[in-house]
Amino acid sequence: MFLYFYTKVTNSNMINWSPILLSIKLAIATVTILLLISIPLAFWLSSKKSKLKSIIEAVISLPLVLPPTVLGFYLLITFSPNSSVGSFFNTYLGINLAFSFTGLVIGSVIYSLPFMLQPILTGFNSLPKSLSEASYLLGKSKRVTLLKVLLPNIKQSVITGTVLAFAHTIGEFGVVLMIGGNIPQQTKVVSIAIYDEVESLNYTNAHIYSGILLATTFTILLLVYLRKNANSNLL
Amino acid sequence: MLIFNLNKKHNHSTFELDVTFELNKGDFLSIYGQSGAGKTTILRLIAGLDEVTNGCLKNNDTTWFDSSKGINLKPQQRSIGFVFQDNTLFPNMSVIENLEFALKKGQSKTIIHELISSFGIKDLINRNITSLSGGQQQKVALARAIVQKPAILLLDEPLSAVDDTNRHMLQNLLLKIHNQYELTTILVSHNVPEIFKLSNKVLKIKAGKIEKLGTPKEIFSSNTISNQITLIGIVLDFEEKNNVYTIVIQSNTNIIKQIVSKTDFKHYKIGELIAISLSNFQTSIQKVKTT
Repeated sequence: MFLYFYTKVTNSNMINWSPILLSIKLAIATVTILLLISIPLAFWLSSKKSKLKSIIEAVISLPLVLPPTVLGFYLLITFSPNSSVGSFFNTYLGINLAFSFTGLVIGSVIYSLPFMLQPILTGFNSLPKSLSEASYLLGKSKRVTLLKVLLPNIKQSVITGTVLAFAHTIGEFGVVLMIGGNIPQQTKVVSIAIYDEVESLNYTNAHIYSGILLATTFTILLLVYLRKNANSNLL
Repeated sequence: MLIFNLNKKHNHSTFELDVTFELNKGDFLSIYGQSGAGKTTILRLIAGLDEVTNGCLKNNDTTWFDSSKGINLKPQQRSIGFVFQDNTLFPNMSVIENLEFALKKGQSKTIIHELISSFGIKDLINRNITSLSGGQQQKVALARAIVQKPAILLLDEPLSAVDDTNRHMLQNLLLKIHNQYELTTILVSHNVPEIFKLSNKVLKIKAGKIEKLGTPKEIFSSNTISNQITLIGIVLDFEEKNNVYTIVIQSNTNIIKQIVSKTDFKHYKIGELIAISLSNFQTSIQKVKTT
């Protein structure tokens, strides 16, 4: 299979790398934003006992069960210049959310949030409450406790969340197609490029794109599991 | 002087915690009572980990909590050293990193070197927490709790999970450190010999209320056996040979064999806490009331 894939890549002059690069760019941007959102959010959720917590968790988990097209449809409506959100971004920030890379990033953040948040939340919940209490009693703030005590002890959960969100963003199709369309260099990511190539019966390029996607995601997951198993063997 | 007036209404508990007591600098108070009596809750309320419903907490002129004035300092703002029952050393840090983490902003590292020497943990400082034994971990936890020289040291059954040899060693260490740093300490303990050895005051609580407050002798010894040589221990075994009846007792780390009458021999059970007193060469045995 590898030989077949290698021959296809080397013989093909028509391969356009921009969808692959765009997917990687989208995944990096999404994961970076998700890390900044998910860590404080998971920390807050793990330390609170409010009724609001259940509502927030249910809303965040919606993308896990909703068809991507449903989410994509509502995001498209929200991002449209006729909606208050879309109009605000357009008028005051000069950003058009629908059919733009910025819109894709926001959509991907919402769509991949549960994949990043859940492992981190599970990590925080697995730590004994007394660990953070011991840090507070040593005079340390919540920020210092989070950064120096809690996060280093849930490193594996953060890595798992990051990889899942990255892989999920690279492979997303429905949401991207709904809110980004198929604009080359701007919103045409690799999953849409594969769909395009299959529609045009250009199976060679579809093979190449799919093979690259498969190899990339498999390698990332393999590295994560190797690291995870190495860590568990050390314990 | 530390003043504690604590009232806590639990939503799901059958009783309301309500205790008032005072401590002088250098006091070593043990809180004794049945499981669920509210011993750990008292420590958590003092530390600010749980909120007091009504009352006040004062450390000399500083008010940590006062419900009438709406004052409630965060745990970070109270001067408290806390050793939990379970190990709360940070596993991502080595022993020395755990100790250094406890330093206040701008505090000199001299105290760390002093503690390393006092606790005899020089060989452990670069070790990972997970590689330490239970006794070693509690030693480090104790050292970390007093890095900031707290106004009060709270110990929530810190020695309950260590073996007898380590327990004895840690008790001696605790006593030495308490005196060396002139600490004011509150210990939650179920272990009567430990309480006798360490504390000068005992707070006996039952269902959230103070049952007795006094010296260990006042709390655990009945009036009928006072002013005599008394020791308290747990019945380990019974031996009978040629109509000589002997009870084997563990008191602290000592094993004592006491010859008793046949009536006494049959009266006690293994695991019971008893007080043996000697007066005018007459031995008397009594059960120690623990509730």
